[in-house]
Amino acid sequence: MTEPAARQAAEARQADPAGSSERPMVEIRGLRKRFGQFEALRSVDLTIRRGTVFGFIGPNGAGKSTTMAILATLLPPDEGVVRVDGIDVNEDPEAVRRRIGYMPDFFGVYDQFRTTEYLHFYGASCGIPKAEREAIIPQLLELVNLADKKDAYVDTLSRGMKQRLCLARCLVHDPDLLILDEPASGLDPRARIEMREILKELRSMGKTIIISSHILPELAEMVDEIGVIEQGRLIAQGSVAEIQHRLRSGRILELRLAGRAEEAVGLLEGEPHVGRVMREGQLVRFQFAGGDEEQAELLVRLVGLGFRPIAFSEAQTNLEDVFLEMTKGIGVEA
Amino acid sequence: MNGPSAANRPPRDWRAKLINPVLGKEFTLRMRTPRSMWALLFYLIAIGILAFGMLFIFRLDYGLGAGVFDPSRSRTMFLFVSIAQLGLIAFMTPGLTAGVISGEREKQTLNLLLVTQQSNSSIILSKLVSSLAFMTLLVIATMPIFSVVFLYGGISPGQVGTVFAFYLFTMLAFGSFGILFSTLMKRTMLSVIASYGLTLFLYGGTAFLYLVLGLLIENLSANQTNPPGYYGWIGYLLGLNPAAALVSIFEPEFSDSMFRAGLRGRTTGAPIELWQEYFIVYAVLTVIAILLSIRHIRPVRKRKRKKGAGNG
Repeated sequence: MTEPAARQAAEARQADPAGSSERPMVEIRGLRKRFGQFEALRSVDLTIRRGTVFGFIGPNGAGKSTTMAILATLLPPDEGVVRVDGIDVNEDPEAVRRRIGYMPDFFGVYDQFRTTEYLHFYGASCGIPKAEREAIIPQLLELVNLADKKDAYVDTLSRGMKQRLCLARCLVHDPDLLILDEPASGLDPRARIEMREILKELRSMGKTIIISSHILPELAEMVDEIGVIEQGRLIAQGSVAEIQHRLRSGRILELRLAGRAEEAVGLLEGEPHVGRVMREGQLVRFQFAGGDEEQAELLVRLVGLGFRPIAFSEAQTNLEDVFLEMTKGIGVEA
Repeated sequence: MNGPSAANRPPRDWRAKLINPVLGKEFTLRMRTPRSMWALLFYLIAIGILAFGMLFIFRLDYGLGAGVFDPSRSRTMFLFVSIAQLGLIAFMTPGLTAGVISGEREKQTLNLLLVTQQSNSSIILSKLVSSLAFMTLLVIATMPIFSVVFLYGGISPGQVGTVFAFYLFTMLAFGSFGILFSTLMKRTMLSVIASYGLTLFLYGGTAFLYLVLGLLIENLSANQTNPPGYYGWIGYLLGLNPAAALVSIFEPEFSDSMFRAGLRGRTTGAPIELWQEYFIVYAVLTVIAILLSIRHIRPVRKRKRKKGAGNG
């Protein structure tokens, strides 16, 4: 066993003498944080199991980055308990730092370094001996598709390449938990796809990943759980399906008409089982709490009234819909 | 991604023990930017103009070098060049240190550094040593210019060594103040202003206050023939002035005359040499500045666990 690995194992034994694998990777209880008069976090409770890919969603200023910075030991919590792998971030921040790889939403790079030197610097700063770094760094550059840029100066890399290099930096000490704050922000579609593929690879390696991103809809298939945070409160946590189920009492139906869509909205709003109704051109979307029978009856009634439906089906919802619905004030009790 | 096992690991490079990652990074990156070379060039030009300008004036006024040997004039020239270099150090040190932490914060690289295993003291001391190393390079590069004074005699290599030791200490002190401001203030601009403000006060402000207070005391004590138990305490103010401390090393009478200033007829010697006071006060302030920087660079500090409190 290598020296850092042995040290981690010793710390893990100390933190949990029973050696239970049931211990959550992240445990947050009653977390509060203020910046002057602004209350950034208001009693956040959150548990993330080992090996989970956790998507953190919420509007700007909701408290995602603050929570992540506290987990990364960069900000002290005002109140509450924050533990990473059973270790309190206040009691032993050094041990927490050994377990985490943190990628902030905005970060700088040392432009005068070559990519390999950059990773050597952070590897050395994490206490990895040179011989180990020599072995690890080519693998990391391979993982993030930068092997052909190993001798390039950092300032010659594109934005997407710098993001990937920063991700490689997070991994240099082989952490158990990755905290990735908007890792795909500002990237073009191709760079986003590359980032998503790398994250899938990391997931398959069994890393616990906390990721906040506005490309969460694209990541939906790889996120195990999501947490929705708004105004410093975690308003929901669970799997994507659970959150969608809790958010809506029924289905979202889509009705595309050949005309008279505005008239159809007025009619639908007066119908039983129909909740909120929205219209985009000739497409009408509405919440529907009834079953299949009621749905069929509604269609018959619409046709009977002279409406000419082109399509009538259940809408495919994704994380973006969840995010938009939840942060529009239709909150659910977590 | 596992590396070689501990047993197979080759012995650690000796350089790894002397140069930690942050220091290595600072050395590498500093010398990769053309700014450092420009700084060195302009520094040498500035000190060259001052030294050779002074030489020229001395030749005109006193005929120094024109077949006349006068050690006292040579000493005056040496002191002038030494104080000029001290002024340049005062100008350079805040510029090199006042942005080292806040600059990393502004470039958004500080957080990445703070989530590594580097200790607070390692980061602060590495930044300080790297800045001082560059300043030392500047000062050593001026050695050939300094050596011109040897041509005229009156100065020993030991005295030159003493001056360089004084520079090193002054750079350490003012560098640590710059790093403290850089750590406490979020913006480099504010940190630079505060560092230059403090430097200006310690170089110019102390001398100005000394002169003003000296005149005041002289006027107040003009009617008293022999104020009992009273001595020129304002001399302590001048002990904070680096230039005065430097002069006091080479002119033994300087401290006495400065403590007597403002009081007619006083013959008591200085309670402490100016350079001694300078070293004591600045050594204490340097240690405090470094400790405060180490304490404040990371917002989250290790907290001692309460007795009996578990963490699981």
